[in-house]
Amino acid sequence: MNKTVNQRAWFLVLPVLLLVGFSAVVPLMTVVNYSVQDTFGNNQFFWAGLEWFEEMLASERLHNAFLRQLAFSAIILAIEVPLGVFVALNMPKRGVWASVCLVLMALPLLIPWNVVGTIWQIFGRVDIGLLGYALSALGIDYNYTQDPIDAWITIIVMDVWHWTSLVVLLAYAGLRSIPDAYYQAAKIDQASRWKVFRYIELPKMRGVLLIAVLLRFMDSFMIYTEPFVVTGGGPGNATTLLSIDLVKMAIGQFDLGPAAAFSIIYFLVILLLSWVFYTVMTNLDAQESRK
Amino acid sequence: MARITLAQLAHSYLKAPSGPADYALKRMDHEWEDGGAYALLGPSGCGKTTLLNIISGLLRPSEGRIAFDGRDVTDLPTAERNIAQVFQFPVVYDTMTVFDNLAFPLRNRGAEEDYVRRRVGAVAEMIGMTDALGRKAQGLTADAKQKISLGRGMVREDVNAILFDEPLTVIDPHMKWELRTQLKALHREFGHTMIYVTHDQTEALTFADKVVVMHDGQVVQMGAPEELFARPAHTFVGFFIGSPGMNVLPARVAGAQAWIGEHVIPLAGDHAPQERAEIGVRPEFVRLAGPDEGIPVVVRRVEDIGRHQIVRAEHAGREVNMLAPEGQAVPLGEARFAFDPEAVNVYVDGWRVPARDEKETAR
Repeated sequence: MNKTVNQRAWFLVLPVLLLVGFSAVVPLMTVVNYSVQDTFGNNQFFWAGLEWFEEMLASERLHNAFLRQLAFSAIILAIEVPLGVFVALNMPKRGVWASVCLVLMALPLLIPWNVVGTIWQIFGRVDIGLLGYALSALGIDYNYTQDPIDAWITIIVMDVWHWTSLVVLLAYAGLRSIPDAYYQAAKIDQASRWKVFRYIELPKMRGVLLIAVLLRFMDSFMIYTEPFVVTGGGPGNATTLLSIDLVKMAIGQFDLGPAAAFSIIYFLVILLLSWVFYTVMTNLDAQESRK
Repeated sequence: MARITLAQLAHSYLKAPSGPADYALKRMDHEWEDGGAYALLGPSGCGKTTLLNIISGLLRPSEGRIAFDGRDVTDLPTAERNIAQVFQFPVVYDTMTVFDNLAFPLRNRGAEEDYVRRRVGAVAEMIGMTDALGRKAQGLTADAKQKISLGRGMVREDVNAILFDEPLTVIDPHMKWELRTQLKALHREFGHTMIYVTHDQTEALTFADKVVVMHDGQVVQMGAPEELFARPAHTFVGFFIGSPGMNVLPARVAGAQAWIGEHVIPLAGDHAPQERAEIGVRPEFVRLAGPDEGIPVVVRRVEDIGRHQIVRAEHAGREVNMLAPEGQAVPLGEARFAFDPEAVNVYVDGWRVPARDEKETAR
């Protein structure tokens, strides 16, 4: 069959290219532009080369923020994934209660980040917040504005409250796709509850769980609004995660050059980690199907 | 292996069944022999899967008892009944190897690894999967997976019964034959009690020693394939088994004769007079008749299916079919059909009435 060559097809792609150009490439290039220059105000810029990159890569401030960020993502993944699976396993499978549970689960996901932050900011306050007040009334010394540990606990519990539902819903969907015959066969084979989970439920949930991990990892790695509203990065720098630090640097201190270099490094790190996840996922799939 | 007794068994999915229509399974009493191969045959929704689930213990009957070898198991959970079941869709543990799949029921019961290895080796040989033992179960074909399910059932030596719930539904036609033959051979060799649910009469008739035909929550006939063919106990059995099914025509019966309208049909046995009866005769025992016998019909269609021809005709608005040998010329239009008297069964209210001089056969 002869294919007709028709270069006019390019016109069909043009709108997308333009859109991506203006929404992604141009802003990114502005950032690249800032990252290699220095300014002393008055819109006068000087070529700075890779100086900002060197400074940022060597900066202890960035290293600390990066470590905090990794710790945050690791902790919330370690809590949300098992907890989400556990909740999904215990949700009713059919009937009215299944629907009720699903709606309840979906609720936190519908609340805007900002509002979630505000809710927890007030909830945790010692003077008027239900949680903070109750804890201090019980004699527990809790104050997220002064104690770094309390601040960390607060933002982690908040994230768990906000996002475990996503894992639950994905895991639940995975579980619902298992035909009853599997459970019946397991009963007949006298498999224990653990073995049913290990050999039937977990393999069937593998795909959705990988997606859940990827989504939660990327989202938590870029988190800004909620912890910012609750702690503002404090006390001190205790909860200054990467994006909070970046905003401080760019808008608080107006260090455009270092902040731009920071942004690009941040972007590359996320890109790299996503690529690693993606490769691992596709490799696992390929391995499974080859066996 | 066990003899299975169903005593006064009935089941309703409703909490307070009020009439017979509320029962998915109407009251039944049966004794199924140890080592028998039984097929539960019936259309969808006739209660055969309900019955199977009651035997396997996945469902507790709302009335009556069930016993294995005389021991009441009605209240025992599935795991303690020591039965095996092969499902419609192959159930294998995807992440395990074939070996681990087969070993699973034994290991769950705490068997010694030595014994497990010996048993799995033996079973793999039975189902012809010795070469695949080291493979992951995931990539296998549907029929291989179904063989593994079967193997998992047979790996326990003391299994009471193996239940099959339409196991060949998702198998390719050419593999169906092979699996069915293999199943039959395994049954002959190892003598497990096997219960096989299907809506496919060919599967039921080739697999089973005894076919249990179910209709509307009831066992309408239990018998060897020949019995179901020659003496269907209910017109439903006549319809359901055979292709095409039995011809059923309203008739008046007295003595050794039946009348369809004014046409006389000779019978083999002597019957009590019945005004509102039906006669049933399989298309295999219908032949073209001369001008003075049988009933007048209008031949509508002749289907040549290779081995023989199916002649589709009508008498007084009811379908009457005949099987004609290959090569016989059957003209369309008016003709007469006569029935082989030995093959004519008499039915009243759907149930077969034996002739007065015929020995009562167990239903």
